[in-house]
Amino acid sequence: MKSKSGDRTAGDLLLDMRDIRIEGFSDDVWHPIIKGVDLKLHRGEVMGLIGESGAGKSTLGKAAMGYAQPGCRITDGTIMFDGMDLRSKNDAELRKLHGSRIAYVAQSAAASFNPAHRLIDQCVEATVDHGLRPADEAKADARELFAALQLPDPNNIGDRYPHQVSGGQLQRAMTAMAMSSRPDLIIFDEPTTALDVTTQVEVLAAMRDIVEQFHTAAIYITHDLAVVAQMADVIKVLRYGETVEDAPARKMLEKPEMPYTKSLWAVRSLEKPQETSEDIILRVNGVDASYGGTIKVLENVTIDIPRGSTVAVVGESGSGKSTTARVITGLLPPMKGDVLFNDEPLPLALKDRTKDQLRRIQMIYQMADTAMNPKHTVRDIIGRPLEFYLGLSGKKLDERVSELLKMIELDDSFMERLPSELSGGQKQRICIARALAADPELIICDEVTSALDQIVQEGILKLLLRLQKEFNITYLFITHDIATVKAISDQIVVMFQGRVVEQGMKDDILSPPHPDYTQLLLSSVPEMDPDWLTQLLESRSETGGMSASGN
Amino acid sequence: MSTDDQTYSAAGEVASVAERRTWWDRTWRSLKKAPGTAWFGMIVIAFYFILAVFAPIIAPYGESQIFDTPYAPWSSEFWFGTDQLGRDVLSRLIYGARNTIGIAVATTALSFLIGGSLGVMAAINRSWLDQALSRFVDVLMAIPSLIFSLMLLSIFGSNVINLIIIIAVLDATRVFRLARAVSLNVVVMDYVEASRLRGESLGWVMRRDILPNILPPLVAEFGLRFCFVFLTIASLSFLGVGIQPPTADWGSMVRENAQLISFAEYDLKAAMTPLLPAAAIALLTVAVNFVVDWFLHKTSGIRDEK
Amino acid sequence: MHPIVRTVLQRLGLGLLTLFVVSIIIFSSLQFLPGDFATSVLGQAATPETVAAFRKELGLNEPAITRYFQWIGGVLQGDFGSSFSGRSQGREREVMELIGPRLWNTLFLAGMTAIIAVPLALTLGITAALYRNSFYDRAVNATTLTTISFPEFFVAYILILVLATLWKVFPSLANVRETTELADRIYMTALPALTLTLVIVAHMMRMTRAAIINLLASPYIEMARLKGVSKSNVITKHALPNAWAPIVNVIAFNLAYLVVGVVVVEVVFVYPGVGQLMVDAVTTRDIPVVQACALIFAATYILLNLFADIVSIVTNPRLLHPR
Repeated sequence: MKSKSGDRTAGDLLLDMRDIRIEGFSDDVWHPIIKGVDLKLHRGEVMGLIGESGAGKSTLGKAAMGYAQPGCRITDGTIMFDGMDLRSKNDAELRKLHGSRIAYVAQSAAASFNPAHRLIDQCVEATVDHGLRPADEAKADARELFAALQLPDPNNIGDRYPHQVSGGQLQRAMTAMAMSSRPDLIIFDEPTTALDVTTQVEVLAAMRDIVEQFHTAAIYITHDLAVVAQMADVIKVLRYGETVEDAPARKMLEKPEMPYTKSLWAVRSLEKPQETSEDIILRVNGVDASYGGTIKVLENVTIDIPRGSTVAVVGESGSGKSTTARVITGLLPPMKGDVLFNDEPLPLALKDRTKDQLRRIQMIYQMADTAMNPKHTVRDIIGRPLEFYLGLSGKKLDERVSELLKMIELDDSFMERLPSELSGGQKQRICIARALAADPELIICDEVTSALDQIVQEGILKLLLRLQKEFNITYLFITHDIATVKAISDQIVVMFQGRVVEQGMKDDILSPPHPDYTQLLLSSVPEMDPDWLTQLLESRSETGGMSASGN
Repeated sequence: MSTDDQTYSAAGEVASVAERRTWWDRTWRSLKKAPGTAWFGMIVIAFYFILAVFAPIIAPYGESQIFDTPYAPWSSEFWFGTDQLGRDVLSRLIYGARNTIGIAVATTALSFLIGGSLGVMAAINRSWLDQALSRFVDVLMAIPSLIFSLMLLSIFGSNVINLIIIIAVLDATRVFRLARAVSLNVVVMDYVEASRLRGESLGWVMRRDILPNILPPLVAEFGLRFCFVFLTIASLSFLGVGIQPPTADWGSMVRENAQLISFAEYDLKAAMTPLLPAAAIALLTVAVNFVVDWFLHKTSGIRDEK
Repeated sequence: MHPIVRTVLQRLGLGLLTLFVVSIIIFSSLQFLPGDFATSVLGQAATPETVAAFRKELGLNEPAITRYFQWIGGVLQGDFGSSFSGRSQGREREVMELIGPRLWNTLFLAGMTAIIAVPLALTLGITAALYRNSFYDRAVNATTLTTISFPEFFVAYILILVLATLWKVFPSLANVRETTELADRIYMTALPALTLTLVIVAHMMRMTRAAIINLLASPYIEMARLKGVSKSNVITKHALPNAWAPIVNVIAFNLAYLVVGVVVVEVVFVYPGVGQLMVDAVTTRDIPVVQACALIFAATYILLNLFADIVSIVTNPRLLHPR
C-alpha cells in the first residue's frame, strides 16, 4: 500500500462537469467566479486542483457535489455524476447523495466538527441516516477506519469530543467520517493547510493510503504544489475561474506547458549562492524571554547576524522565532541576555531607544493587509518614515516616495491609493518600501511571503534579493517554509520550543548529518517530486522513524 | 510595465483591486443605493433638526404663553388644542423638539466624550488602568440604568444639569465597552505595532492610527445610544423626575395631558393629544434606527466583500 | 473538582461579589444627601432637636462602615429600615411593609408577560432566522425595528386608547388589590402585560434571530449539510445543542430589561407594584424606599444574568467534557 506505482489505473468516467459557470454575490451585484470550466474525473482517480487564492478552487470543488455555497449560484453548465445530472436534482435528492456517494473533507476540522457530539457519532451519522448500515456496524467500521488512519487508541478515540483531540487527529477523523459511507468521490478542501509541516506529512500519508485502499476517486484542493504532487494522479491548474492547464501529475511536474504554470513551478527553483561576512551587525546574546509568568518562551537564545547577508530563522509554530523578533525590536524586553547592534548594546525596551536606533532596524510583516493602516494612502504610508526620521516634507518628500515606488517596481499612479485598492503582492511591496524609506541597516522579515500566492512570492523574494545587493541591507528572515529559505538565505538558524537547535551556513545545515529535530523538520517539507512522500515513509519506517502521535 | 495575463508583473497584479473613487463619489453612490427606509429616516431627522433650530420662528405661540381656556379642543386657532394650563400644544411640541432633542444630544455627546476616550485609553494601556476601569464599568452595568438614574436623581434632585450628567455617566459605561472592544481590534493590528516600532508618540497613534479606524462603528453606536438616551430621558420626564416644568418637553407633555385619553368617546381628537408628543418621540427613534440599520448593513457589507 | 463545578462556583462568587459592591454603591448614595435634607423630610416646623434626633437615627454621626453593616445586616433579615414619608406627621412605616405586597404584584405582572413573550419571541426569532431574507423575515424585522423605537408609554397609551376607551375590552386602570381574585387580576393586568409583551418580544425576537443566524453560519453546520443530513436534523441535532447558551442569554437579558420596563408601565396603568412605589419615593425623596427598590431591582438583574451565565457554562461541551 505504501508504494505508489505511477498513475493508478483509472476506471470509467465518474464525474463529468461541463462549462460550469458560477457567480458570487457581493456589493449588490453578481460577479462571475467560475467562468466556464470543464472537469472530468474517473473512478479511483485523484485530481489535484491547484491555483492561487481567489482562483475559485473551493467553489468548483463544492459545485462537484451540486452544492453552491452560501452567496453563490451555479448559473450554467452540466454536472453529471455517475450518469445523474446533479443540477436537475432537488435538495432532497442531492442530500441522498451527499454523505453517501459523495463526501467532503473541510479545511478546518476543528471548526467543522460539532462541539456537542462525540467524534464517532459524527463519523457515522451520514452513513446511519442514509440507511446504508445499522449504527453498531457503522461504528465498528469507523473504529477500523480510525486504525487504518493510524489514529492512536482507535477503539476509544471515537468516544472523545472534538476539542479533546489534536488538529492532526481531527483531520484524520474527518477523513474517516468521509470514508464511512464508502463514497465514490471525496472532495478534500485544503485539508492540511492549517497543520504544521511535521503533522501534515502523516495526515497526507494516511489520506493517500485510505483513498487508494478503497479505490475512491477524489478531488484534492490545495495551493501547495508539492502537496498535490504527492496526492494526485492528474492536476488541474485554475486561475481567475478558468482552467489554465490539465495534465497527468508527472507530466505536469516535469513539462508544464503554459507560461503561467511554468512560472508557478519557477519559484521553487530560485536559489541564492551563500555568502558570509565576518562583520557581525547584530548579536542576540543568551536571551531568555517570557510573556509574563514563569514559562520561558525563549531560553538562552544566541544568534549572530553578519552584515549584508540573510539569516533565516526556521521552526514550527511555537518555536519562538517570532518572539526572537520581538526581543530584537524591543517590543518584548528579555528577562536575561542582551542585544548588540554594531557591537553596542541596544536598550532592551523600545521606549529607551533613540530615533536613530529605531530607524536602523525595520520590520516587514507577514500580513501586509494588517500592517498598513487602511485609512492611509500609499503616499502617507511610505512618506511617514521619511518625514519622521529624515525630516523630509513637501516636494522633496514626494520625489523620494516616487523613487521608492520605482525601486519596488511600481509607479506614481499608486501614490493616492488606499491599501484596499492594492493586490496582495503590491501591498507587501509597499511595506517593503516603507521599511526602505527609513534607510535601515537591518530588516526583519516575519514570514513576509507565506500569505502570498507562490507566483507573487517569487516576485517579492527577487525584489528583496535585488535590494540587498543594491543597498547592502541585512535581513533576518523568519519563516517556516524551507523553499523560501533555500531561495534567499546565507545562514540558517533552526529553532525548536524556544531554543536554538543549530545555526550555520545554509549548505551545512541543509546537508546531513542533522540533529534529530532538524532532520524531522527538513524531511517533512514536501518536495515537488511525486515520489517524495513514498520514499520518505519508506526511509522513516526503516529507521523506526516517528509515530502517528507526533502532534 | 506589462500587464500580460500570463506572466507576472507587480503593477499588473489586479486580481481584486477596487476602483479608486473620491469620498463624495462613494457617499453619493451609497446614498443612491440606500433603501427607502433609510431615506425616510434621513428626511425625518432633517425635519426635526429644522424644527429644533428654528422653533421660535416656526411656533405660532410662545413656549409657556398661557391662554384662557385650558384643555381647549383642536381648532384653527390652536391646531392641537391647549393643555391643562391653557398653553398651545403645537407650540410646545415644536419647542419640545428643541429641548428634548437638545438635551438628548448633549447627553449622548458627553457620554461619548467620557466613554470613548476612556475606552480607547484602556485599550491602548491594557494594564491596571484597563483593569480598574473595566471592573468599575462591570459593576455600574450590573444595575439597570433606569433604576440607577432614578436613585441618583432622588439624591441629587432633578434638574437639567444633573439629568445630563447622571445619564451621560451611566450611558458612558456602554460606550466605554464598545470603544474599548473596537479599539482593541485596532490596537492589535500590525500597523499600530509598526507605528510604535517607528517611535511614534501615543498621541499620533491615537489620532492617526486608531481614531480613523474606530469611527464607523462609533458613529453607528452614537445613533443607537442617542435613541436609548432619548428614550430614557423621555421616560424619566414622563415619570415626573426628568426635565421639569415649565420647560416644554415631550415626555412630560404626555404625562400632563394623559387624562384626556379617557375622553376618547366624546372627542377623539382631544384624546389623541397626549399621543402626539409620544408619537413625536417614537418617530424620531424609528428614523434614527432606520438610518443606523442601513449604515450598519452598509459598513458590514463592505467587510463581507473582502 | 470537575471543571464545571469550579467554573460555576467561580461565577457564583463573582455574582455575589458584584451584589456586594452594588449594595455598597446603593448604600453610599445616602452620603451625598445635601445638608438641608433633614429639614425637607421633617417639614419646616421641625425643631433643631428633632432634626438632630433624625440625623442620629440615620446614623449620620457614626462611621459609614458601621452603618453599612448595620444596614446590610438588616437587609439580609428582610429589614430595610423605616420610610421617611409621613415622618413629619409622626406616622412612620416599615419599608418592608410597603414593598411586600407590591413586590408580589410586580412579580405577577413580569411573570405573566414572560409566559406570553418568551415562547412568542423565540418562535418568531427562530423562524425568521430559518427563513432568512424571506418576505416573512423582512416583515417581522421591520415591525420589530419600529416597535423597539417606541417608548413604553406610547405603546401603553395606544393600547388604552384602542382597547380601553374606544372599545371597552379591558380596564385602563390596573389597580389590583390583595383581595382581587386571580381571574379578575389577570383581566385587570391584561393591558400592562400586553404593553410589556409588545416591547419585550421585539427586542427578544431580534436578538434570537441574530444568535441563530450566527450559529447557522458555523462551519460545522455547513459540514452537516454537506454530509446530507436532513434539514430537520441539522436543526435538532447540530444547531440546537449549541443554541442553549445564546438563547438563554437572550431570555435573561430581556427578562432583566423587563424589570426596568415594568417601572414606566406600572405608572401608566397605576398598577401597585414596586416600580410605581420607587417613582413615588423618588419624587418625595424617600431614600430608604428608593434604596430598597434599587437593591431589589439590581439583585433581580444580577441574578438573571448570573443564571444565564451558569446555563452557558453547564451546556458548554468544552467544559462538560474536559480534556
